[in-house]
Amino acid sequence: MAENKIRKEVDYISPARRRGMGIFFLLVAIGIWGLFSRTSVSGEITTFMMSTSGTEIQLPGWTFNTVWVLNTLAGVTFVLGIYQLLRGFGKRMNKVLAFVVGIFVFSFLSWATSGQSMNLTGLLRNSLERAVPITLAAFAALIGERSGVTNIAVEGMMLMGAMVATLVGSMTNLWYGVLAAIISGALLAFVHAVLSIKYKTDQIISSTTILIFSTGMTSFFSARFMQNHPELNNPGFFSKIDIPVLADIPVIGEIFFSHSVFVYIMFVLLVVLHYAIFHTRWGLRLRSVGEHPKAADTLGINVIKTRYYAVVLGGMVAGFAGAYFTVGSVGRFDELMTGGKGFIGLAAMIFGNWTPIGSFGAGMLFGFADALANKLAILRIAVPSEILGMVPYLATMIVLAGVVGRGDVPAAINIPYEKE
Amino acid sequence: MTENNSQVEKPKKNSVAIFFSEITKGSWLIPVLAIFTGLVIGGLIVMFTTEGMYTSFGEGEVWEGLKIGFGAFTDSFEALFKGSVGDPAKISAALKSGDDLAIRRAFNPFLESLVAATPYIFAGLAVAIAFKCSMFNIGAEGQLYIGAIAATFVGYSVEGLPGYIHVPLALLAGAVGGALWGMVPGWLKAKTGAHEVINTIMMNYVAYRLSEYLLRGPMMREGYSPVSPFIQDSAKLFRFFKDPIRFHLGFFIALGVAWLVWWFLFRTKWGFELRTVGANPKAARYAGMNVPLTMVMAMALAGAMAGLAGANEVMGVNYFLAAAFSSGYGFDAIALALLGKSHPGGVVLAAILFGFLSNGAIKMQVMGIPVDIITIIQALVIIFVAAPAIVRTIYRLKEPEQGDEPLVLAASPGGD
Repeated sequence: MAENKIRKEVDYISPARRRGMGIFFLLVAIGIWGLFSRTSVSGEITTFMMSTSGTEIQLPGWTFNTVWVLNTLAGVTFVLGIYQLLRGFGKRMNKVLAFVVGIFVFSFLSWATSGQSMNLTGLLRNSLERAVPITLAAFAALIGERSGVTNIAVEGMMLMGAMVATLVGSMTNLWYGVLAAIISGALLAFVHAVLSIKYKTDQIISSTTILIFSTGMTSFFSARFMQNHPELNNPGFFSKIDIPVLADIPVIGEIFFSHSVFVYIMFVLLVVLHYAIFHTRWGLRLRSVGEHPKAADTLGINVIKTRYYAVVLGGMVAGFAGAYFTVGSVGRFDELMTGGKGFIGLAAMIFGNWTPIGSFGAGMLFGFADALANKLAILRIAVPSEILGMVPYLATMIVLAGVVGRGDVPAAINIPYEKE
Repeated sequence: MTENNSQVEKPKKNSVAIFFSEITKGSWLIPVLAIFTGLVIGGLIVMFTTEGMYTSFGEGEVWEGLKIGFGAFTDSFEALFKGSVGDPAKISAALKSGDDLAIRRAFNPFLESLVAATPYIFAGLAVAIAFKCSMFNIGAEGQLYIGAIAATFVGYSVEGLPGYIHVPLALLAGAVGGALWGMVPGWLKAKTGAHEVINTIMMNYVAYRLSEYLLRGPMMREGYSPVSPFIQDSAKLFRFFKDPIRFHLGFFIALGVAWLVWWFLFRTKWGFELRTVGANPKAARYAGMNVPLTMVMAMALAGAMAGLAGANEVMGVNYFLAAAFSSGYGFDAIALALLGKSHPGGVVLAAILFGFLSNGAIKMQVMGIPVDIITIIQALVIIFVAAPAIVRTIYRLKEPEQGDEPLVLAASPGGD
């Protein structure tokens, strides 16, 4: 594969893509106008509430005339589309795309809430909570992928983490539960590493096996022990911690600073991972092993060892992510309770272009879609929540197809390293 | 590579003979040992999760505890055998009594295992065909849903057709539905290089959501939530015996389709191209083959197989579609394809084995051993098949001279 053309390709935007994107913006503008603005009753008011009842400082709601705002947003998008068609935003195209998607989502919300009211703060808070497991799963996959090892078993490691945290948490305390979950994730990841690095089994086959094994194992244990010994399935859960001072800030405090410890650890991980991968020697080595193992080996980097560490580290994050489902939120284990969040995590990683910050952004986006899908059922909107639930998956496929530009896929992914 | 050799040596043999020689001459030792090891470890897991054993250990009765544990080990295999093949005592008693219903009941476990094997055959083929073209079809589950939806729709909405038209029509609908669903990742791979693994996983979830939506909306049965209406009698696959035996025509259709797939892969130009693209896309392109088209065709064909699996379950067993009706056929299918070395004949054998395992597991559940033990055994079997070095180490077998057949897929994500 031609490694030398990777960078150039990312920056270069062909005229066809420029025009295509412009047309897409125009279609979004027409969509906002045609689908939302024209179907809203003129004069109706959209109300976004900014604080939930119970907080000390009550902010007034945010109200505006629906049709008016929708028309303005459609107009802005239209102008952006025209500019993109004629001149093009160049390198900033993807940022403008994100902005346009944001406008579309906001328009959709305004239309959906027209004549009613919605708690925007609550929605964002809910989105963050739903984004946590997705983002952590994305981190878990990302560390391995950066070293050139695919891991589609994140879902399985999360399930195992969730179950082990519950078992150990019920017998000892919550922190030991979390620790055990991390260890269980690391063990599964180690098996994956041995199979794919030592035995050179195809990484996808190896991780699929781990996935099937974990699914079977967790359901087996749950059915054999946890159902007839309820005391083993009752670890309790981490309570909400308000960060002093910060939690009192209206809106922001409620969205970000009043969560269980998992949310904060996710943010810490976000910063640490970003720094470690892009600004430390370890990160440089990790990436070089994932991009060009032969070159890395020539320079004296131990490819095999780096990959082992990366995969096991990823497994630890996956185990931790699994603990979120049980001791981090509901306090009990149910079979298959991760419900595909590990796979959405993989999607978030791709969507976030194999970077921690991007993964978090994508995780938030998917969490938002998830939270919104639940909300829509309450708002009695004509869009079925199942259709909205498809959005993250479809969006990932579009990203993967290169519509938004070729991603930074680690070049050596899924290729076992053979030392010569 | 054995199949190529046997073709070169004996080109005049009839196709059925070749079909069997390919199964038997393949490297069968590793899969057999893998299954055996998987079963033993599965049994050990049952043994070591038996509570009675630890209770005895706690009371200081180590020998007694071990006996209980080993008892659970043997009991579970006995239950597995009785549940999947049948209870010999019951069979002979039933035959002596001459009571029709008792005989049917006694022979039901065996036939029910074949019923369970049928969707496995189709789904295994779905993964195997994609493997042959060096693609990893994790989307069999989604394709199966779409196939089931299409077959159900044709099954209940089209009225007044005779069975010999309605059944093929509904099966065709299932195959086409699955094929369309499979084609999308194939097309994306061929056109943009997007890795089919991620895309098939994404399409699985889209398929779940779609089926939920349809079953709660347009395809809902009046008054029931996530369930479709019953299909017409004319769309039901023929059942050979009276209740409770559910053994139906689907099993033979599956065998026929497996033969057709074998014929297609190894006896037609397209099949040859498909395998060549799988073995070496660059060489295939150099030889003037249309690589993108072949990839799309392979995934469409794979999807069609999965679609048939879904159609088969609706038309032969359930007679309606419920949300989440498939519990992981897609992932089981990967195990099947690996175990069967992606060869249609091997897949059929592996599918029949899995059918027996999963049917027998129901009997084990009565003993308090969750059916999920089968999933664990499956995972273990794939590990051993995918990393033969482990099995060789356990049984101290010699390395083969030309090395293992590589199970590494040629294409990489995002690559072109």
